[in-house]
Amino acid sequence: MLVCGLLLTGGLYAALAPAQADTSQDEAALVKEGRELFLVGCAFCHGQNGEGVLTQGGSQYGPALTDVGAAAVDFQVGTGRMPMAQPGAQAPRKEVVYTEEETAALAAYVASLGTGPAVPDKELYSTEGMSQKEIEALVVRGGQIFLANCTACHNFEGSGGAMPRGGYAPKIRGVDSKHIYEAMLTGPQSMDTFSDGNIPPEDKKAVIAYLNELDKAPSYSGFTLGSLGPVSEGIIAWVGGIGFLVGFAVWIAAHTTRSSKKKDEAAA
Amino acid sequence: MTVGDMSKVATTNGTTPATAKGGKAAGTIANWADERLGLGSAMKKNIRKVFPDHWSFMLGEIALWSFVVVLLTGVFLTLWFDPSMTEVQYDGAYDPLRGVHMSSAYASSLDISFDVRGGLLMRQMHHWGAMIFIASMMIHMLRVYLTGAFRKPRELNWIIGCLLLLLGTIEGFTGYSLPDDLLSGTGVRAADGFMKASPIVGSYMSFFLFGGEFPGDAIIPRFYAMHILLIPGLLLALVAAHMLLLVYHKHTQWPGPGRTEQNVVGYPMLPVYAAKAGGFFFIVFGTIATMGGLFSINAVWKYGPYDPSKVTAGSQPDWYMGWPDGLLRIIPAWETHIWGITLSWNVMIPILVMPPLMLMILMALPFLEAWITGDKREHHLLQRPRNAPTRTAIMVALMTFYGLSWAAGGNDIIAIKLHLSINQITYFMRGAVFIGPVIAFIITRRWCISLQRHDEGKLLHGYETGVLVRSPEGGYAEKHLPLPEGKAYALTARDDDPTPETVEEIDASGATGRSARLRKLRAKLAALFFADNVQKPTAEELHEAQHHAEHELHELESQIAAGPNRHGPAEH
Repeated sequence: MLVCGLLLTGGLYAALAPAQADTSQDEAALVKEGRELFLVGCAFCHGQNGEGVLTQGGSQYGPALTDVGAAAVDFQVGTGRMPMAQPGAQAPRKEVVYTEEETAALAAYVASLGTGPAVPDKELYSTEGMSQKEIEALVVRGGQIFLANCTACHNFEGSGGAMPRGGYAPKIRGVDSKHIYEAMLTGPQSMDTFSDGNIPPEDKKAVIAYLNELDKAPSYSGFTLGSLGPVSEGIIAWVGGIGFLVGFAVWIAAHTTRSSKKKDEAAA
Repeated sequence: MTVGDMSKVATTNGTTPATAKGGKAAGTIANWADERLGLGSAMKKNIRKVFPDHWSFMLGEIALWSFVVVLLTGVFLTLWFDPSMTEVQYDGAYDPLRGVHMSSAYASSLDISFDVRGGLLMRQMHHWGAMIFIASMMIHMLRVYLTGAFRKPRELNWIIGCLLLLLGTIEGFTGYSLPDDLLSGTGVRAADGFMKASPIVGSYMSFFLFGGEFPGDAIIPRFYAMHILLIPGLLLALVAAHMLLLVYHKHTQWPGPGRTEQNVVGYPMLPVYAAKAGGFFFIVFGTIATMGGLFSINAVWKYGPYDPSKVTAGSQPDWYMGWPDGLLRIIPAWETHIWGITLSWNVMIPILVMPPLMLMILMALPFLEAWITGDKREHHLLQRPRNAPTRTAIMVALMTFYGLSWAAGGNDIIAIKLHLSINQITYFMRGAVFIGPVIAFIITRRWCISLQRHDEGKLLHGYETGVLVRSPEGGYAEKHLPLPEGKAYALTARDDDPTPETVEEIDASGATGRSARLRKLRAKLAALFFADNVQKPTAEELHEAQHHAEHELHELESQIAAGPNRHGPAEH
């Protein structure tokens, strides 16, 4: 029985292996390339094998990357957050350093270190192929999910908000749909992880559809003043409104009953 | 009545009303009305009423005219707004919310924004107008305080003004809450929390206001009644009283040649002041309309309907509630638990104690100053802020406290825009709200006294001409020339500071007991109030200065006549 089983397994493997060998060889090459890039660009903080580095005080210098998955790498490197230029409260979004191929290689290497979500497929976040009506319904649902889960930190229009100790929830408008999806999936920096059990993939897609709709929609009400809420409105009321009107008051008071400046000067 | 008729009336000083000459229609109607209502004699007096001219006297007008704009746009909004918390399914023009369940109030706010022609413009004008209304009341109040216009006999009008500021704030808050969007609801939720922070009666007050547990379905209709009926009625009545008192007291004026405590120098109501004020109305209207047309304010469709489980970053009140919000943000989490009751000092102090306290300080300022200085005279001539250094410094200290608390209310926006840590801003503000006003007080007071000294210098030594003269010895000196008479008059047309009784005088009088202690306290405060002030020069000093100036002028002229440049530039 045992022999039979072994034979069967061996036989099946022999039959199926050639087809897989190609991809696994590609995969292996990608992981190898990723590891080389990792040793040069990431290992200083994250450790030679992605095991993480602790400071002398025992806090994280660079966190372990053994179970973060490819999606986290694609997000952090793909938005320029990694590699960090300097330690700080938070890794800011900046110019992207690695090419797409290099990012994919890094992601493949980090994914090979353990578990974690893969880079999402395009159909998970794109509304391509959906009818106008379906998209409209998706946007409405996405708006409500957005207001319930995201606005508390990212603001009602995705303009961003403050977090403790110099951290911040960044502006999330004009961000690539894939990166928004990955952010929800992996919860970068101080963000919560919105797993598929928490916000199912179709709801993630709805949030992305809503954000894209906000990008497309005209500003119905004029200049939005950064969409930051009442603080910027108050500044405009004082600087623009009151400043302008006081200027006019000075102008009116500076003019006497005389109808022309010439006469005014002649009288003086 | 037409302007033409009025100008005829105004040319006489007779005691009987002028009648329109000729049988023109307007004149006939005017005559008809006059014979029945007595308008002629009433208006004859008032349309020639003189108002002094200065830009700072028009700040209150901004408040008046923006209030008119808010009333007009508000009437438009009432035609479409449905103040009901009945749940409806949205079916309007804004796609991203279609089908969402919401209150009628919010749905009608969306309809005003997207389906009513001109509705969004009216909504934005109403909101911008309200922001400007309260802001202009505040700068008007600063002007009145800093120029001493609150002094006898205008103390009661000062109090009416303070009440207008309070009512305007409450009016603004109820209006902010009406659209029932996420921001409104968060504000109402905060107000609910503030009420519940009152010891013992808090939860009763909350249930009373909301007609049950928050949010209930009564709060929007209740706020609506307050917002469009109760508070505007009170505001209108107080505005009327404020302006009647203004007419009764007559407007204050700056000192200058021909201006005394007994007269008012300026332009008559018609035609000059009516044209200026009327024109200013259109400027205020135009400014608010432009803002409503160009700048987004409270884009309710982005916030979504209120739902107690949701909140957004950047949830702030409108600016006039920003300073208590700031104090709320920076106060440490102080709570006391006693007999099963939680006393939330962290909410009570910034919200339930500080705003009423500030209002009471504001209202008490005229009386406190009058008590300390012992000044019971009537004042119709204004004081420059520098000539009352302590008063000016008190207001600047209050403004500093206000401004810092206000900035703390935007701590999250400051943090993200200036890349700072919100915690560090909070720690800084905790110290700054105490230290800042003290520093501001000292700097302002010394600054005022320096300006007084500068004025004295100009009076006694003339103004700086910019003409440098080299003496035969080789030294350089700037020549000063005497001020023009009008300017010198304006600088000297002020009373010397009163000289209240001193502690020594009270001791010498042998008075004892509680009243004597109070008098001594007052004497000490008065000494501090007037300390280091510069009094205006005496007539002898000015006379002497004049002589000196004449002498200098002669000297300068002879120097020029004898100098190397008498035939033009020297040849090389």
